[in-house]
Order: sequence, then structure tokens, then C-alpha cells
Amino acid sequence: MSETAPDAGRDDEFAVPDIDLPSDAFDAVRSALADRDPGDRLRFEGFAVGVDDDGYTLDPAGGDARTGLSERDLHAALVERAPAVTDWYAFERVVGEFGPRRAFLRWIEDADGETVASRYAALAEGIERAWGELKITATITDRGERRYDVRHEADAGTPVGDLDAYDDPLDARDLVTLDERGRYRPLKTAPTLAGGWVFPDLGPRDAYEVIETIYPATVANWHREREGELDVTHWRETMERQSGIYGVVKTWDRGEGYEHVNWVAEACCDDSQCLKRREWQYDDETDLDVDGGDGAFPCREPCSVVVSAARKWTRLESEQPRTYEFDLTPSEKEQVEAIIDAVADGRIDEIREADTKEGANRYRTRFLRAKLFDDGNLAGVPTEPDEDAEE
Amino acid sequence: MQSLVIVAHGSHLNPESSAPTYDHADTIRETGAFDEVKTGFWKEEPHFREVLRTVEGDEVYVVPLFISEGYFTEQVIPRELRLDGWDVAEWDSDGLSADQATLVAEDIDREVHYCGPVGTHRAMTDVIVRRAESVTGDPDVGDDFGLAVVGHGTERNENSAKAIEYHADRIAGRDRFDEVRALYMDEDPEVDDLPEFFESDDVVLVPLFIADGYHTQEDIPEDVGLCEDHTQGYDVPTEVDGTRIWYAGAVGTEPLMADVILERAADAGADIGTALDDVRETTRVAAGD
Repeated sequence: MSETAPDAGRDDEFAVPDIDLPSDAFDAVRSALADRDPGDRLRFEGFAVGVDDDGYTLDPAGGDARTGLSERDLHAALVERAPAVTDWYAFERVVGEFGPRRAFLRWIEDADGETVASRYAALAEGIERAWGELKITATITDRGERRYDVRHEADAGTPVGDLDAYDDPLDARDLVTLDERGRYRPLKTAPTLAGGWVFPDLGPRDAYEVIETIYPATVANWHREREGELDVTHWRETMERQSGIYGVVKTWDRGEGYEHVNWVAEACCDDSQCLKRREWQYDDETDLDVDGGDGAFPCREPCSVVVSAARKWTRLESEQPRTYEFDLTPSEKEQVEAIIDAVADGRIDEIREADTKEGANRYRTRFLRAKLFDDGNLAGVPTEPDEDAEE
Repeated sequence: MQSLVIVAHGSHLNPESSAPTYDHADTIRETGAFDEVKTGFWKEEPHFREVLRTVEGDEVYVVPLFISEGYFTEQVIPRELRLDGWDVAEWDSDGLSADQATLVAEDIDREVHYCGPVGTHRAMTDVIVRRAESVTGDPDVGDDFGLAVVGHGTERNENSAKAIEYHADRIAGRDRFDEVRALYMDEDPEVDDLPEFFESDDVVLVPLFIADGYHTQEDIPEDVGLCEDHTQGYDVPTEVDGTRIWYAGAVGTEPLMADVILERAADAGADIGTALDDVRETTRVAAGD
């Protein structure tokens, strides 16, 4: 992932921006104090404030408390400490408590690791994060409000004016439906997100909603994983749960190993097919042999696309192999392999029309069909051995 | 904080499948009746298995955007949502009367109100009538018109036919249309023979399906004879054997469906304020065309 999160000591390199204290942040502090028991301090980075019968108290870390402050004094003290106050306001009042949203937005600026000063300096420069194919850039206004630019990573550096700009997170639903060639995307985490759009100026809650709309539940699962609470459901358990037309998939596991599940994962779950990092295995004692990928967010169980494909494979794999005899030239054998590779890797559109060096070239493939197919059968060999007799 | 979760089938193949779900969610969001409105799917994302963990509220109402009680509402959705202790007896339903069950969803360790499907709610009757108004462009359609309510037969699900008969009977009882018939795709009376079941010159055909897809866009138009092949398209109305058939497409795409979703949640205890009135007003069919 691309990270330009703030480093310790960056305070020296970048200036902390001047921050004004907005009245809504000040009002929120007063309101928070009014709701507290006397003597119960409201804590900010570097200081705390309280209220009692004598007025407000300002209690700097490592310094002497000032008591009996008027509201005006309190305001002046908070204006001096506007970065810390606006930081509190941003997360406690704007972002709120909901675990995944809060953790994600704090992660963007490393709020649990870095000081307000270093984060504000970094936000002033722009903090960039990657999430799947998205590039998220967090910045800050002179009132301490976070703003987020969310776009396709391929559009990094493109001026906002050259992209289709949106501000309603729900509009993201239309951006994820089709790929660049207008084909339906049944899997939102497939690496086929089309670009050309931008949400240039989102608040924190809307930024979270855009991410969750483009990659549903990825933040929730990432959050659970960070908390050590990701509930992984492995292949066996997932297949055992299926019913109806999918009930057949449980018969694919025959206690004869898990090679078939390796093939499924290689086919469907590779980073080239899905950006989630596969955490599920064959069962809780048996890991698969193929790589789970490097995605930022985890995959906690075989998805509905995998289950549907597995249903098809369960039926296909119940067939017994047969020996067929075909005569192919060495180049024809290699061409069959090249065609399978091109389809499996999604390369057919890259192969130029006249590039007959490519085995999966259309003319080459049509020639092979013209030469080898007889009545739809490869080399005239029927699929069923007794097919000729029946005819 | 009050949350609505609309759960629907979705599709790996057809992007239109989830469109009505999103549209109705948007209509309900506009009313402000819920602090959040989420959608979850069997074939899209977030999946039933993961949608609840995206929900923030502590009062959670789950409404299945399905036509009838059966396999999905009784087995798949409760299992995938991990509703602890679910038993279909919780609904104590005769196939039409499921209202709600309050159970802890293990995924979030919070109670959710799991509602009956939209298709069997009494308010669905109004949506079928509204669909007839929409397709004819006439808010008073009824005189000199027949209405055919069409769905799967009992082959796939016994309760599917129950829901169709229930609404057809209710509409007939209103004496609004000259004739009302329940017709089926895979049993008698079959939709293929629609003109035989009606004397009216004009018949509105409303398929009781949630989304437009294979059944409503290919099967039924071809079976009824609106077209030889669905790729040719068809006019509304199209005359078949002397009957002008006004084909409405899936009833679930009608904007008033949002009303039924709200009714389901309200029946389960949600505080929805004036949202029902708002939705009925904003989704009306204007007079004239």
C-alpha cells in the first residue's frame, strides 16, 4: 500500500497549519462539560478542561491547573489549542463511535500513533492511502475539518476538472456496477473498477460511506481483523452450510484431500481476480497451498461467486476421465495451451487482430477450428463414445 | 438509533436485479424515517452474511424483499444472518401471515426484528393496483379492464400461489376492475392462455416478481405471445387473440413498493412517523400521460 502517513519528527519538516476554532467545536466542548460530573475532566491531547461552581478549569499536562476561568477565558485557552480541540471534535462528534468507521478514519491519519501536530502537518500536505484500487487523500481545512478525495488509483494526479465529480456517496453504486467495457461486475472486490470519476471533497462520514459502497463490508471485516475478532469460516464449514440447489457442493469434499479447493482458490481468489486477502482455508487444521494474496482487507469465507462456481465444478468433477485420441501438430498443442492461458488471464482483448504470432489470435483460432472441427467435434472425435452408433 | 436493512436476492448475471432494492432504499432514506437504510443480498455485496456488521443502529429491522414465504425467508436468510434460535414457528404463519420475529443475530450480538416478506403484506395489493395505473398511465384504471396477477405456480413453492390468490381476491373484492384472475407460469390456469380467461378487451398483466429478469422479460412475454422472441421487444399494449394486453413488468419495480417495506418495519415496531404518507404521495401516478 502506498503510505505517506506522518512519521515521528515530521513536525520539523512540515509546518503545522494555523487552525481557527470553529464555534461548533467550542459549543461541543461546553456541551460535553455540562453533561459531566463536576471534577470529571474532558481530555484533549496535552491538556484537560473541567467545570465546577467556580467556573472552568484548564489543566495542562505537566503544568499547573488554572481554575475559576470564565467562558471567555476558556474560549481564549481553547483558541490557543485549536488543533487539539478540533481533533477531539472531529473524532468524538463528527466521526462518532461506530467502530469500523472510527477505526478506518483514524487509521488514515494514524491517529492512534501520531501527535496532533504531526498529523495536522501531514494533513496539510495531504495524506494518501490505498484501499483496493482506490486512492484516498485526506486533507484538513483551516477549521480543523477533515476532507477526503476518493478516486481510482489510476486517476492519481489527474486534475479534478478532468474527472466526473460526485458528492453523494450513493452515486458510487453506479460507478461499481460495470467495468470499463460496460460488463456487469458481480464481485465488487474484483480488480476491474472503472476510473474516470472522483469524490473530490467528502467529509469523514461520507468518505467512509463511499468506501463501503465501492467495497462493501471490507472496512467492517478489516476492523474485526485488527481487533483480533475476524470470524473466518473455512471452506468445509461453508459448503456444509449450503442448501437447495447449492446443497450438492458438500459432496465435492470426499475426504480425499483438498487439491480441488486449491484449484478453486487459484481460479477465483488470486489477486488478479479479487482484491480481498483470502484468510479462509480448507478447514481450521488444513491450510490451502495457494497464496491468499496481499489485499488490505480480508476475505473471511468463500463468497457467493465461489459457491456458485463450486456448484458447477461439483457436477463437472463428478465425471470420470476418458481417453480421447486427437492428432495435433506440436504447434497446435501449444496453441490450445495459449488459448486457455489467454482466456484464463483475460488477455483476449489485448491480442491484436493481425498478430498471428499469438496462439490465441482470432484468425489463428478460426483456422484451427476450420481445420480440426468436424460437426462441432474436435478432430471429429465424438464426446460420447457411442455417439456415432446412435446416429 | 433505528436501522432498516432490506435484504434481496440480487444476481451474479443481471445488474437490473438489485436496481429496485436500491430504488426503494433511496425512497425510504428520503423520508428520514430511519437513521440508516442498508441493503444486503444473497448474490451481491454486502452478502446476507456480512450486512449486519455494517449496521450501526441498535433497533434493527430486517425486511426481505421477496414475494412469498418459503425457502429464502424461512431457511436461507435466517441462517445467513445467523439469527440465534430461529424456527419458522416463530412466525406462526399459514403461508401468508408471517409478521416478525425478534431474535439475536449472532454476527453482531444484538437483537434484530426479522420481518415477513413484502409480497404477502396486505399493502402489496395496493402496489399491484398502482402498477396497473402506472402501465396504463391512468390513475383511475378499472372500468372495462381486466387484471391478471401472475406468478410461479406451486411447483417451486406452495406459498407462491397463495400470495397471488390472496392479492387477486382482495383486488376483486374492490369491484374496481371488471375481472381479476390469478394466473400461473407452470400450472393451470396458465398465463399462456390469458385471452381465454378474460372477456374484457383490455387486460393489465402484472407479474408478481421483485425484479425484472429472465421470467418477466423473456419467459412471460414470449409465453403470452407479446412477441415471438423477447429480443424483438413488444408494445404496451399488444393485442393477442383480440385482447389488448398491458404488460406491466415486475411489480417490484413500482415505486410504491417502498410503502410495503415501511409497513413491514412499522408492524415490527419501527417508529416511521409520517413516512407512509410521504411515500404514497411521492410515488403517485399523475393523471394524464
